Amino acid sequence: MTPEKLSPLLCTIPLLPLAGAAINGFFGRKSSRKAISAIALLFCGLAFCMALFIAANFSSASAPYSFPLAHWIRSGNFTVDFDFYLDQLSLVMLLVVTGVGFLIHIYSVGYMWDDDGYYRFMSYLNLFMFFMLTLVLAKNYLLMFIGWEGVGLASYLLIGFWFVKDSAASAGKKAFIVNRIGDFGFLIALFLIIKRFGSLDFTTVFQAVTPLAKETSGAGLLTAIGILLMVGAAGKSAQIPLYVWLPDAMEGPTPVSALIHAATMVTAGVYMIARSHVIFEHAPMALMVVAIIGTLTALFAATIGIAQTDIKKVLAYSTVSQLGYMFMACGVAAFSAGIFHLMTHAFFKGLLFLAAGSVIHGIGGEQDMRKMGGLRVYMPWTFLTMSIATFAIAGFWPLAGFFSKDEILWKAYSSEYGSWVFWLLGVTTAFITSFYMFRLWFMTFFGDYRGAPAPAAHGHGSRAGAPAPHNHDHGQGEPHESPWVMLGPLAILAVLSVIGGWVEIGGRFEHFLAPVFQSGGTELATDTAEAASKTTEYLLMAVSLLAAGLGFLLSWTLYYRSPGVPARIAEGLGGIYRAVANKYYVDELYALLFVKPVVDGSTEILWHGVDQGVIDATVNNSADSARHVSDKLRHMQSGNLRSYAGWVAAGGALVIAYMVWMGVR
Amino acid sequence: MVPLTYYLLLSGILFACGVLGFLIKRNIITIFMSIELMLNGVNLSFVAFAAHWHALSGQIFVFFVMVVAAAEAAVGLAIIIAVYRTRETLNVDQVNLLKL
Repeated sequence: MTPEKLSPLLCTIPLLPLAGAAINGFFGRKSSRKAISAIALLFCGLAFCMALFIAANFSSASAPYSFPLAHWIRSGNFTVDFDFYLDQLSLVMLLVVTGVGFLIHIYSVGYMWDDDGYYRFMSYLNLFMFFMLTLVLAKNYLLMFIGWEGVGLASYLLIGFWFVKDSAASAGKKAFIVNRIGDFGFLIALFLIIKRFGSLDFTTVFQAVTPLAKETSGAGLLTAIGILLMVGAAGKSAQIPLYVWLPDAMEGPTPVSALIHAATMVTAGVYMIARSHVIFEHAPMALMVVAIIGTLTALFAATIGIAQTDIKKVLAYSTVSQLGYMFMACGVAAFSAGIFHLMTHAFFKGLLFLAAGSVIHGIGGEQDMRKMGGLRVYMPWTFLTMSIATFAIAGFWPLAGFFSKDEILWKAYSSEYGSWVFWLLGVTTAFITSFYMFRLWFMTFFGDYRGAPAPAAHGHGSRAGAPAPHNHDHGQGEPHESPWVMLGPLAILAVLSVIGGWVEIGGRFEHFLAPVFQSGGTELATDTAEAASKTTEYLLMAVSLLAAGLGFLLSWTLYYRSPGVPARIAEGLGGIYRAVANKYYVDELYALLFVKPVVDGSTEILWHGVDQGVIDATVNNSADSARHVSDKLRHMQSGNLRSYAGWVAAGGALVIAYMVWMGVR
Repeated sequence: MVPLTYYLLLSGILFACGVLGFLIKRNIITIFMSIELMLNGVNLSFVAFAAHWHALSGQIFVFFVMVVAAAEAAVGLAIIIAVYRTRETLNVDQVNLLKL
């Protein structure tokens, strides 16, 4: 199919979910649940079919496709238009977003069916799809920024979906505010790009950057742009130091956690870095920053994941950690490895969240793993799919996670920007990942069921105040398997988690993305290094497999064979364990360093000082003085006839005196 | 020939008496008489100026003032009678329904 025929389809992909969001948002309140589901699934599914159609007709020879939809900003030489753009990178993102998004839409029908805000939820999900697709398909930074902010909005709305619950409302605010910090960096990067290159169009900017010299000796403008872009990415993709919002974002409904806070939105930062790879390749220092932040985040979040007891919190920290991997890949200029991990992560982490949602659904809203256990008997399908996802994220051959994680670790070691330090920290993280994921797996599905078999009340007590989404007809408190509308997506994602990694066998995925990333020197470097270091690669592969296996064994020992040991170990570790369990007190530190000064400063200076002291005081005092003066003056108008006459006489006397005085002069 | 100054002084004294009476007295009728006194004080100055400048208009003006004063006396006395009938007092300080 010719580019001329294919390109116009590009703009329909984001617009379809927007239409769905609008219909459900405006008319959903009065529609039946079936109609709402039909509309949401139809528009999202159509977008997915369109993406598949484009992918089927995609030819690398005629890529990139672009489609100018409309003019937007035209100011002198500076233009920004509603241009859509599709190359191999956006195609991968497009398929991941629409595919995983569609599956999660289906799942949500089952999961959210009994919620009062069902239409709202579906409308928000569609809205999210619109913004995410805009982000992915944008041809310039500003349109991308619209999508970027839009997914932030959708994320805010969905985290705070159960807004009557205080914690959900404040988690939404936290996500929004932390993201603002990142967006601030992103915006400044955009301003710098405009100032230096006079355009925000990807093609124009990257063509202008390509001939420039690499900023190897010192930090220049490109380094500044790169680091500021990374600040933006760190906000959106929950990297140190801005990761704190993502674990709290688990207050949202589980499909949201799966779609937005695991599979798609949080990977936007990785996509943005990969999209800007030309800038980063010219700024090695910025790359270094990306790699260091990614590696540290991966390790740091993984260690926190060990001690969490909330099933969704474990997965949240796992997400932060896996995103760290992606940034590590981008930081060593292995962008295709980063995108590859993004894709496989979308499959298995989406699956993990959905399966966790199925578990939570099945036992009546309980999220504490200490009250689970033995669930493999009650929900075999959830168990099966979750097992696949767990093995995939732990990096067992031949599941998806093995290929992508191994690719990243290998690149971290072998790339010209890489180092054995990154590799070592990466492998350590892989070991910890495997450990805490199997901990979750054993605690949830093995042993005996530890939850209270609540009779009719159905055990919603643990989430008091939450409009629990699970008020379905099952009267018994016994755990039960979820309906097929939820298990279907689980099964499909499980298949993808198995085979998703196979696309990289023989380096096909990397070659597919190569046209996007080839402008840098990385391609050549790997080609020459490849032959010589095949042995090293297999050795490293074996080590990472070993790390995953060790994690499994340790987990098996501690949480399956002798479940009493972890408590004793935790006791023995004392302070260290408490620090980890309390997330290293980072939230408390931020509260002390940033939140408290801002709140106190606002209270004392801005509120009591400026607002009450200056603004209110000005208004109130002028009103008060007017009142006091009037209070005195009103006594002149006493109603006493003779006093009036006296005033008249006095006035007359005054006039006469004046005239006499003037006459004398 | 009496100089103009004498007439004007007398006129001023009359007017001042009127003003003082108006301010001091409480009886409405006395107040009313004070007003007449002021008017006549002014009339005297009109006439005196007219005689001094040999201009007739001042004397004509006095007739107008007298007519107005007569009309005013008619209306005013009617009001005073009405007030007395309803309030049974002529003290202005007690006719104070519009006071604060």
